[in-house]
Amino acid sequence: MSRKVRIAQLSCGPEYSGVQKEIYEAAESVDAEVFFPDIALADVERGVDAFGLDVRSADLKLMIARAMALVEGKVDADGVFIGTCFRCAEAAIVRNELRRYIHENSRLPVVSYSFTERTTSGTLLTRMEALTTIARRRALLAREEQTGITMGVDSGSSTTKAVVMKDNEIVGTGWHPTTEVIKSAESAVADALEMAGLTREDIQAIGTTGYGRFLIGKHLGADLVQEELTVNSKGAVYLADHQRGSATVIDIGGMDNKAISVIDGIPGTFTMGGICAGASGRFLEMTAKRLGVDITELGPLAMKGMGENVPMNSYCIVFGTQSLVNALAAGSSREDVAAAACHSVAEQVFEQQLQEIDIKEPVIMVGGTSLIEGLVHAMGRLLQTEIVVPPHSQYIGAVGSALLASGFIKGE
Amino acid sequence: MAKVFIYPATSLILSDLVARFGHKPLGAALGIRERIQTAGVDSPPLQITPEEPKRGLKYAAVEVPSGVRGRMAIYGPLIEEAEAAIIVTDADLAFGCMGCARTDELIVFSLRQSGIPILELKYPSNEEEGVQFVAAVKKFLDGLPKEEGGA
Repeated sequence: MSRKVRIAQLSCGPEYSGVQKEIYEAAESVDAEVFFPDIALADVERGVDAFGLDVRSADLKLMIARAMALVEGKVDADGVFIGTCFRCAEAAIVRNELRRYIHENSRLPVVSYSFTERTTSGTLLTRMEALTTIARRRALLAREEQTGITMGVDSGSSTTKAVVMKDNEIVGTGWHPTTEVIKSAESAVADALEMAGLTREDIQAIGTTGYGRFLIGKHLGADLVQEELTVNSKGAVYLADHQRGSATVIDIGGMDNKAISVIDGIPGTFTMGGICAGASGRFLEMTAKRLGVDITELGPLAMKGMGENVPMNSYCIVFGTQSLVNALAAGSSREDVAAAACHSVAEQVFEQQLQEIDIKEPVIMVGGTSLIEGLVHAMGRLLQTEIVVPPHSQYIGAVGSALLASGFIKGE
Repeated sequence: MAKVFIYPATSLILSDLVARFGHKPLGAALGIRERIQTAGVDSPPLQITPEEPKRGLKYAAVEVPSGVRGRMAIYGPLIEEAEAAIIVTDADLAFGCMGCARTDELIVFSLRQSGIPILELKYPSNEEEGVQFVAAVKKFLDGLPKEEGGA
């Protein structure tokens, strides 16, 4: 059994919110242990002075001093979890500044989260899994080339994707809406194999990712079952042919959004939305349905419209849909409404998530929503950069899984 | 013997002073002890469960962070129970600290609103002030009723 990954916890409030147990459980489920860096009282005073952020809450002062001890190498850790109460402004400032400070001054992977008393270990699992993967599987994540014949399956909240790769080429793809998790995966796999002209017996290694990764992984006998943060990062830089250096990966998913700051294909800092599904692909699906167009037509429609003409706020999917209905009732064109919906989702991701990571070019958009031209355009305008949408971007998780799975081929 | 809420609630020195001068200190030790001695609860290290922030809604609205409401679920009932309070401001971290500045503000405000006798003192910065500090605490505590038998 491998050594437990040691995750340093910098936090204010989880024990009083009743969620410390959830943090421990999430870590335990990925064979990691959470610990509080041990420092002296004098270190707290010195640390706060040296850091220069004059906060009033003592637990936040402690967080700052502990972060400094980690960066200065006085305390050993494999990764850092930063957690503070949702809706606390003072803590949000400290959380963001510490994440940036650790990212810029150490090689420690960092994940941060603002919790409520309703936070569960399940919510934290993907984040903890990504932290431990980065710490434990650096060698695997360093893989830049796919070898042999491998398959990747991404069981997402909206769609299930499968990809077959052979000698560093994508030779088969399959895509099905996620209804029954295993059945959807079977259908996607069958399509990908058929397109590749191969059978299951030809596959030398399988990787799974996405919400259904554990179930699908068990069903398919996968060699690698991996959360989507590391897999998507890897897939994005691979497909965009930017495996070295910095990049930013944005994946606006069906249920949550991921923004990942990547260095050499490995996530450095990342955020994963989850408080509300408003600013996600789900809202765009609802918009397309209300406009009576297929989701694939929403992007081109949005490109013809002027989003500024329609006030819309997709922060909440219910209010966002209300704006949509009101705008159409007031006579707005479908093009303008489509553009406004794309702008609204891009704006929410920009405001809620991209502020929390360091955006480094190139900015790579992946996932099914990256095919919605209007959304990519809106994001590019907000970030004032040319967004890169690599080929096969909708299969990103499956490609990343297939790529990493080749590390499990016998003899590799 | 009066029930005296101490602020910072984690201050062992303040707790000791109140007990020495014949009264019952109400602070973190009391609030936490009740929880960790209650069987069947398993949310370490303080045995606070997600129910506490919900109970804290009595003292702070839902938009107030869960950590504040969870703390208020511990301190709120003690404030209600208190017959007097000693508030030490600008205290050194070693004297006792409560972690969250927003909770601190709410606790001090709640005490001031409660109408009970309150002694507010600034944390001493030298020996002379330290002596005056203890004398002020003693005088305040001596003035509180001790009918129930003293310490």
